[in-house]
Amino acid sequence: MSDRTFDIELQLLIDAIYHRYHYDFREYATASIKRRARAALSRLGCPTLSQLQERLLREPALFSQLLNILTVPVSDLFRDPSYFLTIRRTVVPLLRTYPSLKVWVAGCSTGEEVYSLAILLREERLLERTLIYATDINPDSLQKAEAGVYPVDRLPSFTENHRRSGARASLSEYYRAAYGLAVFDKSLRRQIVFSDHSLATDNVFAEVQFVSCRNVLIYFNRLLQDRAVGLFSESLCRKGFLGIGAKESLRFSSHGRAFREVAPGERLFQKQDVA
Amino acid sequence: MPWPWPDRIVDAVAIGTSAGGIEALSVLFPSLPGTLRPPVFVVLHLTPAKPSLLVEIFGRKCRRPVREAEDKSPVEPGVVYFAPPDYHMLIDDGPVLSLAADEAVNFSRPSIDVLFESAADVYGAGLLGIILTGASHDGAAGLAAVQAAGGLTVVQDSAEAYASAMTDAAVRRSAVDRVMTLKQIADVLRGL
Repeated sequence: MSDRTFDIELQLLIDAIYHRYHYDFREYATASIKRRARAALSRLGCPTLSQLQERLLREPALFSQLLNILTVPVSDLFRDPSYFLTIRRTVVPLLRTYPSLKVWVAGCSTGEEVYSLAILLREERLLERTLIYATDINPDSLQKAEAGVYPVDRLPSFTENHRRSGARASLSEYYRAAYGLAVFDKSLRRQIVFSDHSLATDNVFAEVQFVSCRNVLIYFNRLLQDRAVGLFSESLCRKGFLGIGAKESLRFSSHGRAFREVAPGERLFQKQDVA
Repeated sequence: MPWPWPDRIVDAVAIGTSAGGIEALSVLFPSLPGTLRPPVFVVLHLTPAKPSLLVEIFGRKCRRPVREAEDKSPVEPGVVYFAPPDYHMLIDDGPVLSLAADEAVNFSRPSIDVLFESAADVYGAGLLGIILTGASHDGAAGLAAVQAAGGLTVVQDSAEAYASAMTDAAVRRSAVDRVMTLKQIADVLRGL
């Protein structure tokens, strides 16, 4: 497996993607991107990354397929319920003090995190004054997120997670199920703007009170993690909140010192005034 | 027992196990020497696992620090790292630990294959891969990757394994360097 040729081909492929399609995977964590590149070879029926690269440069449709393999985070509604419980207890009381709110879900993938937060904010009677920016680099994922349609077999775990997050209503109030699919309520979507945005190449686009970006940073190397956390810090208002994944850390970011953990054990941080 | 590979130096150890794994690791960990240099990476399938509990259970049985892997933290010599529940643990260039929330592999997250394949990439011939008792086939492809990269491969003897699906699958897939009892594997670890 420790195949130097594969490593060289991967570097070249990532450069080719950057030049041809302007997607920047150059500072992604190597081990994960290697796994996905190997998966891409078998799923796209290419014997080598060099051959994949040759086809990729000429066939944009193939790039969409590759992008879906390179960016496949899986999530649940209310994944890690204690995260959402902490938001209700610690973050929501401060969010209430703002007349209008902006929330950024960075790397929203197929939308599970966005709907979780929208439902939470509705239950806390904050959604109507909130605008949620849901961003991702993958247009297919964004389209799925915008549709808000999930297979009903995922509902039992969604429902259980929601219950444990301090739910104030039954999850079934927020979707309609038919033909094996659960369609989430349009009124949730009215407050959400779905948009293409790259943490690797784009800049800050709004001032927000809360950023949630979970299980996205783990796919970045330290350099790119630092860039992303820098964007969050820049985007957050004074005393704004940042939530990251349960196993992610701000320790290795130069911007980490700008944040204070608000609940021990939960990865929720508040931006500090610069000393 | 003399060190079985006189001409080989081990830079890192990767261990994969599931059913019966807590008991097996309880036998092995006390034999890790206080002077241990290679890091030890462990994937233990354990559905309702409380991470702090694993670290607590094994911290007491081990002369070396036992930690749950944290994303992008540098790999330190002589430290035992457990994959956190519900995340894959990978070894990245540096070496640093890297986590992933990708879909389950062999119905498992963390997956032994994912750890072993990434560790084989980084450590190559310096990696010792060990498959212990378990009731799934996870780890067989990973151990094959360790072997392909020139690393050493050890599998617990199925005859004494609490569950033998994992050890059987590993032995079927690769011509492993050694099939050993836990006691013999403990001797190998003592020699690290």
